Amino acid sequence: MLNQARPAIVSMLLFSVLLGGAYPAVVTAAGGVLFPAQAEGSFVKDAAGEVVGSRLIGQVTTGPGYLWPRPSAAGDGYNAAGSSGSNLGPLNPVLFERVAADAAAVRTYAPEGAIPPDAVTTSGSGLDPEISPEFAALQVDRIAAARGIEPSLVGAVVAANTEAPLLGFIGQERVNVLMTNLALDSAYPIKTE
Amino acid sequence: MNWQGWAEIALTLGLALALGWPLGIFMSRVWNKESTWLDPVLKPIERGFYALAGIDPNKSQGWLGYGASLIAFNLFGFVLLYAMLRLQGILPFNPQGFAGVSPDLAFNTAVSFVTNTNWQSYGGETTMSHFTQMVGLTTQNFVSAATGAAIAAALARAFAGNRESGIGNFWADLVRTTLYVLLPLSIVLAVALIGMGVVQNFAASVSVTTLDGASQTISVAPTASQLAIKQLGINGGGIFNVNSAHPFENPSPLTNLITAIAINTLGWAAFFAFGRSAFARKEIRALVTAGILILGAGAGVIYVAEAQPAPALVAAGIENPINMEGKETRFGLASTAAWAAQTTGASNGSVNGMHDSLMPLGGGMSMLLMMLGEILPGGIGSGIAIMVVMAVLSVFVAGLMVGRTPEYLGKKIEAREIQFAMVALLVVPLSTLGFSALTVVWPDGLASLFNPGAHGLSELLYAFTSATANNGSAFGGISANVPWWNTTLGLAMLLGRFIPIVAVLAIAGSMVAKPKLAPSTGTLPTTGALFIGLLVGVIIILGALQYFPALALGPIVEHFQVLEAVAAN
Repeated sequence: MLNQARPAIVSMLLFSVLLGGAYPAVVTAAGGVLFPAQAEGSFVKDAAGEVVGSRLIGQVTTGPGYLWPRPSAAGDGYNAAGSSGSNLGPLNPVLFERVAADAAAVRTYAPEGAIPPDAVTTSGSGLDPEISPEFAALQVDRIAAARGIEPSLVGAVVAANTEAPLLGFIGQERVNVLMTNLALDSAYPIKTE
Repeated sequence: MNWQGWAEIALTLGLALALGWPLGIFMSRVWNKESTWLDPVLKPIERGFYALAGIDPNKSQGWLGYGASLIAFNLFGFVLLYAMLRLQGILPFNPQGFAGVSPDLAFNTAVSFVTNTNWQSYGGETTMSHFTQMVGLTTQNFVSAATGAAIAAALARAFAGNRESGIGNFWADLVRTTLYVLLPLSIVLAVALIGMGVVQNFAASVSVTTLDGASQTISVAPTASQLAIKQLGINGGGIFNVNSAHPFENPSPLTNLITAIAINTLGWAAFFAFGRSAFARKEIRALVTAGILILGAGAGVIYVAEAQPAPALVAAGIENPINMEGKETRFGLASTAAWAAQTTGASNGSVNGMHDSLMPLGGGMSMLLMMLGEILPGGIGSGIAIMVVMAVLSVFVAGLMVGRTPEYLGKKIEAREIQFAMVALLVVPLSTLGFSALTVVWPDGLASLFNPGAHGLSELLYAFTSATANNGSAFGGISANVPWWNTTLGLAMLLGRFIPIVAVLAIAGSMVAKPKLAPSTGTLPTTGALFIGLLVGVIIILGALQYFPALALGPIVEHFQVLEAVAAN
């Protein structure tokens, strides 16, 4: 076994330098040059130029004039330093209670209309930046009332921030919550008294 | 369910297989030391490796020597990674100031990455420094994958050889697979993924003020570089706790499609590479067909299972009660179902949705795909190696039925090979079911379970299945970062990795010494539909016989409870 020691130790150390050092360094350098915004984390700014979040990471919004995200199991909700799903099995009583509470919460602002499944379920990451168009549609009247504008105007902003499945069949149709909210703020600012 | 979903599943599985063919030809050239178009760049690096490490790449080793080199390399890799994990606090690139990890977690994690399992008892963004992720874990992602590939290269030479003694040089197989196959593909894939939104930087985290005026801390990491090899190397361990469900690791349906293809493509490539290197192109088509048939059926079952009404949503009066718990909006049912099948059929273990929240039969099928031996297409090389063991077993069974001396790829199958085949196959249920049974009766063994009832048993069974099969995915609710679980899962990973490897090398050693026979009229054809049917039968019957009683107490009973709960509303 001793004659195996040198190749084992030396090759492992060489691999560590090449694969653990040079490889990520090359990838980071190439990414930084070619795609700096994405490499950094796809951060977005509001009209005032302040960074308000990442296009890819969901965040809690509670104001009635904003689109709200799905329920989240990451910390107290959208804890982007500790991603997590609920890990609740389909028969877990905790899941039954939570889904019922989430459905009741939707009913406080949308008394009519079918509640889509994403409105009452937590995502795998707890950081899902998107919701279904059906969930967005349920929130349009609330947003329009809070901003004092026609629901159709809100619907148009939502539609502009809706992405279709890739090639029409890969993945799902979805609405980016933060990008919709930024677009709403820039087109129809909430008047502060 | 809809046509879009079925089309997406078929496309994902099909593209992975189709890409595996040209990649397999390339992989075979690398194993055979033929020239490649990368030689001008990589040949000098390869020579440098051999010179510094004192390796003679042209010295063909017997199976014992080959195995000793493999064990020595993995042993030192384990020691180095264990030390890195323990000393994390004083090592560089640790902007969040994470301390060294506990001895049991360091043992578990080091074993996990050396064995190509990537079981993670920890949450990445809350435990591991950038140094650990890169130098420790990313490096092992490469070399553990190349270790698996080496097994297939050695086995292919054994079947190709005619009364020889050597099965190749482990160091050459390791270095060449890493440099020529894994590294170039990973660089290209990683940079492309950054362009599609995957994060790649060395900051600690970024704090922002949200639209609500609240503060949000967003973890970032050198993600793309680890993501590329975690998928291509069929490793599966992510930078973030939720793995490929995290929008920074998997931001869109496009990245999902590409990284899902990457889970399987080098596994299939190793099938085709084996076929070319062992001069068994026709025979390999039968193994590929059997594999893709079972994998496709598994993906279909998961998709159908996930489309069943979810009882909690039915109870709340949701009109379209789809089980979106634990799934991302951008992926939905089909992407998650395809991924669940691919990650468990291969020994990958990354997830793009939470398996703990899958419907009972969705989670159960994921478990079964691992229990079938990680051959669909399994890890790079390790998958085809065990698939060949299954084929050997199939001709043996057929030989028993008709009274012919079994042969496979021109080699007589005798008692010694069957004994080693049984060792390779039986250690897996022994470890899976043995550790599961032990945990059920161990004081506090059940305290780590998160969900009550039958689902809790599924969590436990999934954990030991995943560890033994070197898969690494989990029913994530389980709190595995305690000494009992870290230790037993670590042992399960070691047993499930190295005993089959040694058994396969022993088979290779005995095969290479046998004369290569021309097929006669008495030889069972190992190419047509009849053989594919036989092989599928052997794989499924073997898996089902071993695990059905345990599965009946977990996912199967839970399925009927779900039906009852839905009917009650």
